[in-house]
Amino acid sequence: MNKPNSKWKWAGLAAVSGWAGRALEITTKAHRQAPRNPGTRRHHRLGVSGKPREPIGSALGAAMVEMEKARPVWNNPLQFVFACISYAVGLGNVWRFPYLCQMYGGGGFLIPYIIMLVVEGMPLLYLELAVGQRMRQGSIGAWNTISPYLRGVGIASVVVSFFLSMYYNVINAWAFWYLFHSFQDPLPWSSCPLNSNLTSYDEECEKASSTQYFWYRKTLNISPSIEENGGIQWEQALCLILAWLVVYLCILRGTESTGKVVYVTASLPYCVLIIYLVRGLTLHGAINGLAYMFTPKIEQLANPQTWINAATQIFFSLGLGFGSLIAFASYNEPSNNCQKHAIIVSLINSSTSIFASIVTFSIYGFKATFNYENCINKVILLLTNTFDLEDGFLTPGNLEETKDYLASAYPTEYSKIFPDIKNCSLESELDTAVQGTGLSFIVYTEAIKNMEVSQLWSVLYFVMLLMLGIGSMLGNTAAILTPLTDSNTISSRLPKEAISGLVCLISCAIGLVFTMEAGNYWFDIFNDYAATLSLLLIVLVETIAICYVYGLKRFENDLQVMTGCKPNWYWKIIWAFVSPLLIIGLFIFYLTDYILKGTLQYQAWDATQGQLVTRDYPNYALAVIGLLVASSTMCIPLVALGTFIMNRWKKGKTVSV
Amino acid sequence: MAFSKVLFTLLVFSGYWVRSHRRMVPAQRSAQANLSGAKDAFKVRLSLKTALGDKAYTWNENEEYLFKAMVAFSIRTFSSREKIEISNVLLCNVTKRVSFWFVVTDPSENQTVPAGEVQGAIRMNRNRINNAFILNDQTLEFLEIPATLGPPTEPSTPIWVIIFSVVFCLVIVGIVLLIVSGIRQRRRKSKASTEMTDVEDKCETMVTIENGIPCDTLDSKEGRTNRAFAAGDEKLTPL
Repeated sequence: MNKPNSKWKWAGLAAVSGWAGRALEITTKAHRQAPRNPGTRRHHRLGVSGKPREPIGSALGAAMVEMEKARPVWNNPLQFVFACISYAVGLGNVWRFPYLCQMYGGGGFLIPYIIMLVVEGMPLLYLELAVGQRMRQGSIGAWNTISPYLRGVGIASVVVSFFLSMYYNVINAWAFWYLFHSFQDPLPWSSCPLNSNLTSYDEECEKASSTQYFWYRKTLNISPSIEENGGIQWEQALCLILAWLVVYLCILRGTESTGKVVYVTASLPYCVLIIYLVRGLTLHGAINGLAYMFTPKIEQLANPQTWINAATQIFFSLGLGFGSLIAFASYNEPSNNCQKHAIIVSLINSSTSIFASIVTFSIYGFKATFNYENCINKVILLLTNTFDLEDGFLTPGNLEETKDYLASAYPTEYSKIFPDIKNCSLESELDTAVQGTGLSFIVYTEAIKNMEVSQLWSVLYFVMLLMLGIGSMLGNTAAILTPLTDSNTISSRLPKEAISGLVCLISCAIGLVFTMEAGNYWFDIFNDYAATLSLLLIVLVETIAICYVYGLKRFENDLQVMTGCKPNWYWKIIWAFVSPLLIIGLFIFYLTDYILKGTLQYQAWDATQGQLVTRDYPNYALAVIGLLVASSTMCIPLVALGTFIMNRWKKGKTVSV
Repeated sequence: MAFSKVLFTLLVFSGYWVRSHRRMVPAQRSAQANLSGAKDAFKVRLSLKTALGDKAYTWNENEEYLFKAMVAFSIRTFSSREKIEISNVLLCNVTKRVSFWFVVTDPSENQTVPAGEVQGAIRMNRNRINNAFILNDQTLEFLEIPATLGPPTEPSTPIWVIIFSVVFCLVIVGIVLLIVSGIRQRRRKSKASTEMTDVEDKCETMVTIENGIPCDTLDSKEGRTNRAFAAGDEKLTPL
């Protein structure tokens, strides 16, 4: 045998050609029709020479071959990157970051933001992606592999993801509602409806504004407090069902369909943002908003709140701890360079935040200038009518001196109308910082209704919101479904489509609570409390588990074997020391904040005054908040305790036998 | 700045002078009633420059004549007082704004037409009065006569329901297609894999069972010479 390798090759070919002709036909047909499934990859990986390509330790190699048999993978690494971007870039980039930027120092906020990105965001993202890629299972399976006592971490992730998906899709429902209403001329939120005898506008609408009225009355039909539940709004319920059907359509086939959808959900928002940037910068008064935002107020850097908010924004914006990143990375090929991808995804996420805040602030500037000019015109009209001045005499230019003159010449009449003369100030208009649903559905719509061809801008904007929301929902549902499909007990009984359908159905049914009249108050409860504390705890336990339970050296070796490059000292120091300390600091801050605040309060819409008022939560709402936080955080110690007791019981059984 | 103050003062005082001058004009006797009682009088305010900009016309006596004509027409059609003439509509206190007061008298009863009737008449014909002056409800204001606001047109089915139904149907169709194609794929795969396992069994028997030694090592295609019998061939002599 001169060339043993060539003999092996010939033997292999003989084996293949030795099959019956019909058998050959059937195998090639089967390979063509099956989805890209690593059933075929086994041949590539092992090669015809029969030796594995990489020098993997035998146990790990065997385990990888075993798992490879059934696990779907992304068609190419780009799908994985797009999926992570689509998940991380969500509504928080559009409606939370601009608010933080405005409140905590304008351009100066970028300094703590970038520092936290490098110190906290990138390392933790890399850690989660590496864990997912190495373990090749969803969050429950991955943490179970690291240590059976830590399975609670995975379960806590799934519980938090479940809470999140329940309330997050309601935002998509609202986006659908506004999108469908954008096809009318004029836009329904551009003017107030009339009252019953058609002499003037509806009272609530006059006191508030037309966009606020459309949001609070027509969309939410909100009740005055959380105690008054009201009934389910059928229009919102229909939009919620539609939102869940769209999500189901995207996750139906697992990574195969998700991989194609994320091309759209990741790239479309950027197209819309660029269009809006061009439009926003050309709007009248946009410069005012941009100048206001980007003038750095350096003294805010001394405020600890600035740093804490930068840290929490990076943390929650990347979506760490939900298990979605572990799920996405588990569908990767083991040789994928996740360090590069982690850096790319976190950079893109942060630059999208900054980009979106430029757009938001040019829109703010336009809206503030528009309102300021309206205010000035109202004052001019009031003065012109009271003193019967010639129409068109008063201009914004000579307004001040004319006011002084009138005050001195006709003091009695001037003092009569003085309470109505508002001091119009551009600063105060720009100062109205809004975040959250208020920014998207009230402030933005107010700016859009004043643009030309407002239907087009409205449609574009709500399509973008939908893409961002659906992209994040795909990650959330992946975090829930991956552990379920990984576990053999469930996936052997039900096909993938049925599991996804069940999860969507249950979440939709519970989500109908948010379509009731008091639903927005419950939404705020979930938004503020369902994920914050639990995530910090989960990520803290994750970091400590990898560094100290699994062992940093062992993890480092695994990464080198898997991807070929060793994580350098920077990552190791951050994982082992800096991140845990940082997360503990954030955790302490949140706890002390809750304790010091005393009773928790919420903002309720008062229809008679046309504005928000602060109320206290009733006892059962506080109980729900406690339950939300406890149900996810308690998973970790309870499951550890349960595993410990089971092991003791088993040992006791074997010993006694 | 001092110059504009002077100009402004002149303007305001000129307004006052015009008013007082008008007082001196021997107008109809009932002009006195305009100012004192103002029981059935209404104030009107026009904003010509705001509405028309450069194309604004100046308010002069001809425009006042047209206004009186429109008011008389409204009263005639609303309350069918056939005897109302243009001269029965009285205007006064015209300012530079432009604003003035008007009242309608009824010569047959020798008193002013009640406010309710005037209000109803103006409301009924508000659109035509506006169009006569190329103005709208905001630029031609009748104080204390609220305008009837036009409600926005509502189509019979709300538009959003139509779009919702379209999107809903598309999504349902997509889901059904994906599920059906997934079921079909799975059936084909299970059929193919059962056949594949049969073939694989056959292959395994073909490949492996050769006195228990795998065919690969024996290199069965090329064949091997068994040296034990090689000498035997040479013994046979050719015929």
